[in-house]
Amino acid sequence: MTDIGALQGTLHHEAKRLEEQYSGVLGLDLKKRLLGPVLSLLVVAYLTLCFFAFDVPGVMEKARGDMAQLYALDAYAHKVHAKYQFRKAEQGFVVSLEGNRRAIYKEPPEWVEQSAEQTSIFLGDDGALHFADDVVTYTHPDFDEAFTFRVGDGVPQFVSGADAPWLKVSKTQVNARPSLYTRIWLTKNKVEVHRYFVGWENFWFDFDSTLNGLSAAELMSLAFSSERLDPDVSNLRFMFSEFRTNSEWHHGEVYFALLQTLIMAMVGTLIAGILALPLAFVAAANVNPVKLARTGVRRFFDFLRGVDMLIWSLIFIRAFGLGPLSGIFAIFFTDTGTFGKLFSEAIENADKKQAEGVQATGASPVQKYRFGLFPQILPLFISQMLYYLESNTRSATVIGALGAGGIGLKLIETMRTRQDWENTLYLIFLIIVVVMMMDQLSGWLRRKLIEGRN
Amino acid sequence: MKALTLSLLEDVDVAAHLALAEASRLAEISQAYERVARRRTLYTLSLLGLCVLCIFGGLFVAGQANSGGFWAGLYKFFDYPAELFIGAYEEGVPGLFALVLQYFPYLVETINIALVSTLLAFFLGGALSFVASRNLVSNRLVVAVMRRVMDIFRAFPEIVIALLLVLIFGPSPVAAAIAVTTHTIGALAKQFSEVNENCDLKAAEGIRSVGGNWMEQIRFGILPQVLPNFLSYTLLRLEVNVRASAILGFVGAGGLGAELKMVVDWNYGADILVIIFMLVLSITSIDYLSGWIRQKLIGQTGQV
Repeated sequence: MTDIGALQGTLHHEAKRLEEQYSGVLGLDLKKRLLGPVLSLLVVAYLTLCFFAFDVPGVMEKARGDMAQLYALDAYAHKVHAKYQFRKAEQGFVVSLEGNRRAIYKEPPEWVEQSAEQTSIFLGDDGALHFADDVVTYTHPDFDEAFTFRVGDGVPQFVSGADAPWLKVSKTQVNARPSLYTRIWLTKNKVEVHRYFVGWENFWFDFDSTLNGLSAAELMSLAFSSERLDPDVSNLRFMFSEFRTNSEWHHGEVYFALLQTLIMAMVGTLIAGILALPLAFVAAANVNPVKLARTGVRRFFDFLRGVDMLIWSLIFIRAFGLGPLSGIFAIFFTDTGTFGKLFSEAIENADKKQAEGVQATGASPVQKYRFGLFPQILPLFISQMLYYLESNTRSATVIGALGAGGIGLKLIETMRTRQDWENTLYLIFLIIVVVMMMDQLSGWLRRKLIEGRN
Repeated sequence: MKALTLSLLEDVDVAAHLALAEASRLAEISQAYERVARRRTLYTLSLLGLCVLCIFGGLFVAGQANSGGFWAGLYKFFDYPAELFIGAYEEGVPGLFALVLQYFPYLVETINIALVSTLLAFFLGGALSFVASRNLVSNRLVVAVMRRVMDIFRAFPEIVIALLLVLIFGPSPVAAAIAVTTHTIGALAKQFSEVNENCDLKAAEGIRSVGGNWMEQIRFGILPQVLPNFLSYTLLRLEVNVRASAILGFVGAGGLGAELKMVVDWNYGADILVIIFMLVLSITSIDYLSGWIRQKLIGQTGQV
């Protein structure tokens, strides 16, 4: 009993002692304790303020979600039109890709069945449409009663059927969109059905190319067959040229644009690194004792960096015209400043013992820096260049969109048409793949060159 | 005496032999050294040659693809800046001051876009970085998936997202903020997870030993260690993001960039110069300010 009492006493005493010794730990002072909540509160207040300053609710209300859905659909799917024109009744339903007159399917697909009396168009999950004797009958799985319309005699008439939310009948036309993948459109002149299919059509070869629709195995055997498709060139070459000149996907132009972007990033970074290196030595306090020159070069670096790449590209586009040359100059102007700052800091942080050791052997000043200092900063020099090579690939895309050409310009061009969303998606995909590849490459080279040395 | 002389002569002979052997060994070493040196010089020269080839080949291709020529352009290089300065001179000092006041709200908007994006990305990227660090998460699959998510976020150039969002939202700073945030989440998460992987795990183990769960281990064991570095990287990003949000304005995402695009199209020299001046001034001051705070935080200028 007394033992426990004594123990309790000791513990109490020990706790008191600890509290006195480390008073700041057990009870943080008020200022420190308040710092967290106050900062969080400030951040929340600021974000709320910006939420309303940017008018997020208003923007969201006005956002064209429907357009986004359509654009997205167009990006990953292709649309096939089946069109019947009363003026050209003898042709029947003409099935074409995106309504393009040069992309008409010679044999109608299996979902369009035409006979002398009746045409049936099967729309997958959205039922089927039958057309006979100037009457369009549309059956939808959700509705027992069929929708019938009288067409061909002036404005289309809605004869019978339920009141479906996706059906719009106006004074001049009937527009039905039972799902995102199907559209039926009746006017005075025509009966038109659009059906979307997931996937990119004619990605490899043009619609009217002899190679279109061939399987990979067939193409392989063709490539090594001695029978020439085009008597002038080999089959492999013919295939390549057909791929390159694809009139819808423009593979040749796209890959050349990609090359331009890569050239912009690579050449810009290289020139910047080469120019910044000697200037960085001038700006380093442990190399150059002349303060005036040092300050001058440093302010020059700040100027190059501070005038943003955006502004440099505007100036160079004015001087050199639209194209990657202006992009190269914009990148190397900005990055000479960045590299200069980074390199000169690295030189100042370098260990001076090695340089002194080299000097002690009677080396000239140039030799002293070449053998005593340069090897120390070379790894950093290379790793920064590689790091910026990756980031400049992205920057080159951005300034490309401002007019410096390359893949950025291509991207903005396809977006402006607001129709070629599949091309846009293709370009975005290529850009991301290239940026990720450059990232991997620069990381790999960095590990190989820098860490592999030690 | 004779014998001694003989033995001496013999010694000299031996010494000469030894010296000869030494000299030939030295010659061998120096030859080997020269071989290595020659090979290294060859590597260096071929690497430099490759660089030179890249530069000139690239410049040639770029020059061909450019709509204007290099030499003609060089000659015209100062024309545009001169034009801007003449425009500004004609405006006079009071006019320029009025322009600064006119464009100031747009500058605030651009900086706000950058600040909001950086803040959001700091929180989201920080959260992502903890589940993407190999030393904090034992499940390899989770780490691998999170790293890929990070890479994809980072690979998206801001302009791609901004262009798409401008179409949906219309010209609005929201588009720019989302675009910049997305890219910054990826970029910061990568840098943060590198910081996490270099941190000391003892503190987290201590928390675990007294029964702390994963969240508590991160909150009390890891976060206090990494927070200064996190903040330092975030401040560096802030400067990058101010530049990015200015550029995004150029494709219609609001802020000073949008105004710049307009006056560039209309060729208002004074307005262009005022906007450029405001942009450069704010970028430079944010650069200095963030450098100063970073120095306070981690005691030295952190490298990118």
